[in-house]
Amino acid sequence: MTGWSQHTGLAVALDRENVDTDQLIPARFMSTPRSEGYGDFLLYDLRTDNNGNPIADFPLNSTPDASILISRRNFGSGSSREAAVYALVDFGIRAVVAPSFGDIFASNAVNNGLLPARVPEAEVDAAISQLSAGPVEVSINLTDRTMRVGDSVLDFTLDDVWQQKLINGWDDIDLTQHHKAAIAEFRTQYVKDTPWAIPVQQTNFRSAGRDTGSQ
Amino acid sequence: MTGRRLLDKLWDAHEILRRDDGTSLLWVDRHLVHEGSHHAFAKIAERGVPVAEPGLTFGVADHYAPTRGGPATKAIARMIATLEENTRTHGIKCFGLDDPRQGIVHVIGPEQGITLPGLLINCGDSHTSTHGAFGALAFGIGATEVAHVLATQTIWQTKPKAMRINVTGQLGPGVTAKDLALAWIAKLGADGGRGHAIEYTGAAVRALSMEGRMTLCNLSIEGGARFGMVAPDETTFAYLKDRPFAPRGADWDRAIETWSDLPSDGNATFDTEVTLDAAEIAPIVTWGTTPEDALPVTATVPDPSKMSGNTAERARNALEYMGLTPGRALTDIAVDQVFIGSCTNARIEDLRAAAAVLSGRRAKVPGLVSPGSRQVKAQAEAEGLDRIFVDAGLDWVGSGCSMCVAMNGDHVEPGKRCASTTNRNFRGRQGRGARTHLMSPAMVAAAAVTGHLTDVRDLLNGRKVA
Ligand code: SF4
Repeated sequence: MTGWSQHTGLAVALDRENVDTDQLIPARFMSTPRSEGYGDFLLYDLRTDNNGNPIADFPLNSTPDASILISRRNFGSGSSREAAVYALVDFGIRAVVAPSFGDIFASNAVNNGLLPARVPEAEVDAAISQLSAGPVEVSINLTDRTMRVGDSVLDFTLDDVWQQKLINGWDDIDLTQHHKAAIAEFRTQYVKDTPWAIPVQQTNFRSAGRDTGSQ
Repeated sequence: MTGRRLLDKLWDAHEILRRDDGTSLLWVDRHLVHEGSHHAFAKIAERGVPVAEPGLTFGVADHYAPTRGGPATKAIARMIATLEENTRTHGIKCFGLDDPRQGIVHVIGPEQGITLPGLLINCGDSHTSTHGAFGALAFGIGATEVAHVLATQTIWQTKPKAMRINVTGQLGPGVTAKDLALAWIAKLGADGGRGHAIEYTGAAVRALSMEGRMTLCNLSIEGGARFGMVAPDETTFAYLKDRPFAPRGADWDRAIETWSDLPSDGNATFDTEVTLDAAEIAPIVTWGTTPEDALPVTATVPDPSKMSGNTAERARNALEYMGLTPGRALTDIAVDQVFIGSCTNARIEDLRAAAAVLSGRRAKVPGLVSPGSRQVKAQAEAEGLDRIFVDAGLDWVGSGCSMCVAMNGDHVEPGKRCASTTNRNFRGRQGRGARTHLMSPAMVAAAAVTGHLTDVRDLLNGRKVA
């Protein structure tokens, strides 16, 4: 994942509360390998009619090069399916702006370089009415956590950890490798202190107290 | 000094280190994978890293598992085969389609004793909160995090805030853990628990069986909370004793000692406190497209013209999708079909509750009954529950996620209305254009018998409430 700290692009509004993960990507598309791209699946049942034809005035259809989505409370609620984030990212979305996000969605987003920017309800209201006439160019600055929408500059909320992760494009597995020794030490003590926490029957567990030597 | 909460005790026991920014690296005791974990396996394959602890990882086929015959399509068959291949490659025990222990991940974890109090449990599924019913720190994670757990057996997390939902009194007859969960979600909203770990306490929670506690914790995520938990007690221990993967002998005794220390200290305080009176809760049904759109079955369809702003707009959209008229009695809503299944409500007790209503009656509409696991299925058959469902005219099928998520081919047709024991009434959750009403198993059984949403209490006269 590559980091980023500034982005300017077209913003569109998805004027709905509770845009859940099942809407972001319906389950039937999830057996597709990621390499094929998930962008076409984004909000599929809202973007297409019953025959699978695009609904022309749906914001993401009328502005297919939009990269910022402004929506309402509880965006990304529901399942842990990271495919919801893949659909947004593969479509070209870099940031979602909303008053609140589903917890798992938000962390999945950050893990894929997608910014979940929290902005108070009233300011989302104002931004959505600005967008009612059509897409607007928005500039996002991750470093000072602001975005410029038309003439107004909005502050958004983003945890420090997530801010750093997005800017640096950190990969957690790489970070964790630096703590290998601490993990190994913890494990040894833990296995000794809580032998009951090791599932019985598991013959492939390396354990100091109950070593099976299979690894 | 303020007391420690269950959350603190679980967190501290698993914290390997804490970064300056407050994020903790936590040890993961159990990692459960399913077909959907293919993205994560692909990620570790890309980096060429092995699975750190195959002995603490378990696989199961559930999301795409066929409930009748073989896999419905090639793509579905491939999803199941990929899981079996990935688990085989990494030496992970997998409860595949031909394993008698197969079932929905959140049903089989507890059933097999893989789930225990005091553990940290992860799975790439948001309803992992279910396992919190045992006093475990259990939470759903996304694919990137699944890959991280596979590679390191650890997870980075910032400690959530603590919320206590205290439920006093006693649930009435025909009122269940499902109603309790929908009641608080309706009250606090689908994001009411966002950023929090919920601990459920109070007499009504203590009185719940493990099945009921699992239903309650399962639905925590529908109220926005990634974690839901109940402190372990005698009910928990009795459920777990002698389960296949649970500790034995001296380890069991030691475990009980540790587990008995887990409940929150008497003087512990919480960031958010909510109290509900169980006696005031009626059987609940949902009318809209998020679980917060829930009302007692005795109510009427809400009227957007009496609401304002976004709420009115959202209700209008929901009613349009659901094909409902404001002001009508909820009990007037006719259903096309029913579904009894999912990790929320397909355990043995759930099937007993539905069978108690269906016994000696015919369903007016078709429906599926999909037990949560093969073991639940066998148990239900031993008790003769399958006969009750079949005699009522419902299909008794195999176990898996089935119509909860409509991935295996089982789905509700566009525009059709389904009374369902599942957890999400989102648009399209049960299939494109499907209209879902969530409710308890007994309430689904009542809807099957009458062909419309019904207060199950009217059908319980003279019957033993399971
Ligand atoms: S039954 Fe539904 S909620 Fe439960 S694990 Fe399966 S898909 Fe997820």
